[in-house]
Amino acid sequence: MNTVNDRSRDIGPFVPMDDDDMLICRCEEITKGEIRRAVHDGMWTLTEIRRYLRTGMGLCQGQTCSRLVKGIVARELGVSPAELEPATSRVPMRPIEMRVFANEMTEDKEADAV
Amino acid sequence: MEARISEHPILGVMEKGQLVSFTLDGKTVQGFEGEPIAAALKAAGLMVHRYTAKEHKPRGIFCAIGRCTDCVMVVDGVPNVRTCITPLRAGMQVKTQYGVSDRQF
Amino acid sequence: MKRFDLIIVGAGPSGLSAAIEAAKRGLNVVVFDENEKPGGQLFKQIHKFFGSKEHRAKVRGFVIGQQLLKEADELGVKVVLNATVIGLYQDKEVVVRIGEEVVHYKADAIVIATGAAENMVTFKGWTLPGVIGAGAAQTMMNLHGVKPGNKVLMLGSGNVGLVVSFQLMQCGCEVVALVDAAPRVGGYGVHASKVARCGVPFYLSHTIVEAEGEDHVTGVTIAKVDEKFKFIEGTEKHFDVDTICLAVGLSPMSQLLKMAGCKMEDNPKRGGQVPICDEYGRTSIPGVFVAGDVSGIEEASSAMIEGRMAGVVASEYLGYIEEKERDEELEGLSHALDGLRQGMFAPKNRGKQIEETEEGIPISTNLLQKGYVSDAEIEHFPGVTHVVGVHPVIECTQNIPCNPCQDACKKGCISIGCNITSLPIAVPGSKCIGCGMCVASCSGQAIFLVDEDCGDGTATVTLPYEFLPLPEEGKKGTALGRDGKPVCEAEVVSIKSAKAFDKTNLLTMRVPKEYAMQARFIKFA
Repeated sequence: MNTVNDRSRDIGPFVPMDDDDMLICRCEEITKGEIRRAVHDGMWTLTEIRRYLRTGMGLCQGQTCSRLVKGIVARELGVSPAELEPATSRVPMRPIEMRVFANEMTEDKEADAV
Repeated sequence: MEARISEHPILGVMEKGQLVSFTLDGKTVQGFEGEPIAAALKAAGLMVHRYTAKEHKPRGIFCAIGRCTDCVMVVDGVPNVRTCITPLRAGMQVKTQYGVSDRQF
Repeated sequence: MKRFDLIIVGAGPSGLSAAIEAAKRGLNVVVFDENEKPGGQLFKQIHKFFGSKEHRAKVRGFVIGQQLLKEADELGVKVVLNATVIGLYQDKEVVVRIGEEVVHYKADAIVIATGAAENMVTFKGWTLPGVIGAGAAQTMMNLHGVKPGNKVLMLGSGNVGLVVSFQLMQCGCEVVALVDAAPRVGGYGVHASKVARCGVPFYLSHTIVEAEGEDHVTGVTIAKVDEKFKFIEGTEKHFDVDTICLAVGLSPMSQLLKMAGCKMEDNPKRGGQVPICDEYGRTSIPGVFVAGDVSGIEEASSAMIEGRMAGVVASEYLGYIEEKERDEELEGLSHALDGLRQGMFAPKNRGKQIEETEEGIPISTNLLQKGYVSDAEIEHFPGVTHVVGVHPVIECTQNIPCNPCQDACKKGCISIGCNITSLPIAVPGSKCIGCGMCVASCSGQAIFLVDEDCGDGTATVTLPYEFLPLPEEGKKGTALGRDGKPVCEAEVVSIKSAKAFDKTNLLTMRVPKEYAMQARFIKFA
């Protein structure tokens, strides 16, 4: 088990910081304080943070904030950002309307599309 | 349109589409057909494209290539349209987005 | 489901290069790109590229983009635009959004060339309209012909921050300051110098405290930081600006590779999450290749070579060429790539503090801290000599892989030698005819023609000038020093534009002869 997932490790209490109100996830409007608090609530992986707070789940799908969130979580856990597994990559990679996502092109048109 | 670069020392005079009219929050403005809506709005001096859902904070162009989704507006009744990569067409109705609608908070 | 030999994701420099190499060898290739226009970032690059002939040096980025597109088109490569690859499944199934529909395509080999995304930093007010990425600034001004703002503060002294600052001035914006939290300029010294001599002050070891404004940016406050990047109280400086531009690095856009199941690693030297791959772009999945920034942040010239490598290995993977041909091609390409990865800014030197040049000359400390070489320091470099009559003064002070200047001079006045990173030398005894080809060919705009004593108490300085409007002969202005500060009055003697200069105009100004080695730019009231 690597240090990141060793949940018996004591990371200390949540200590408020001056810039806890700094917005990190621009789409879902999640602050640094919320992310740091989530780590102390037991969310130690980026996937957990994502599900818990919706960071990176907004329109841009984490294009802007992933790296920032990773840095904050790593610092809170006292590990290097490189040790944190990035959140899962899933289809669709870009925002897409459900009506388009469900609209599969018929085979006869495929050749013309390219 | 002082934000337009009339002649560039390296790129010369940029080829643009036809000058067309569209509306921004009901007011008529002009831009070139085919350029991103955001470019036309920038040239017209607009900074705020939307106000956010939770904190009601202003947002505008940030990445300009369709990644960050900060410049979304309500275009022809459809919210969340990325204005930086959506080509301008004559007669488009562009509105400031509040949360996910064009209704002010 | 339609099948292709090779599907390439991304029509930037690496993707197009891969497509060209593969199509040349008979593969049925399609390139998908989510953007409205192909070329990736190339069409926003309006400066001349570094390198040597084989790297298309001294050609401007957007022209290279046009060349690549033409070549791809002639070879029958299909480039599908507004086509967003939203998924990459096992067995090389690619899901693409085209228009209002979703399409599945099957490939026998895949090249992922998705490039990079900009990093961001946070500070109070960073979400205000008017705070933009450097890429956004380039897109607005160089693709859409709209100024990103009027008064701009640039954060980031890497090549992107430096190049974009210069581009902002070229389109008529004022750059009020260039700021970086690091203690040293990160990008090429020549890029820094051409920005500094226009009068842009550099604030190293400084960063943004706050972007000010209610509905949009109206000002910015910066402050000095200590070694731990904490603000030092009392060092705050305010600027009235309408735009703050962020150029704080790039991260590989590698999510598709992770989705496809490639083995990944977090490698800070390569810019973040990257696929584990060999030097030719082969990932852990046979038949899935990578090229360009997605496998490690570098620049467009190396991305093009990596793309060609990926195209070659994909061709062999599918049996279109023999291993022997592949290896011969790769050898040549590796050699070209090695050429680019030399010098002080080579990937292997990232993070290292280099104190002196390969020639043993101390690196200018002013250059690293303020963006320009001081009048005293410049005399140490082999391109700076004093002879009677007009002669080139080559203010190239760092070892970078670039040599167009030595080919530009038909009179043999400039020599770099066989080592492409060597500092150019003003060859003793050679006779300059003042043609100015060297001035126009220097991608770093670091060469000047100087006649230190015209015999009437004046001197002439010829400098590269890429701004509009072009001044008329006889126009008076203020000569600026390397530091961008006024040194004396100056008069325009001539302004030359020629096709061979490729939009770099040669402006010759007359100054009192005592300022011949100081005056390096001219500003008009």
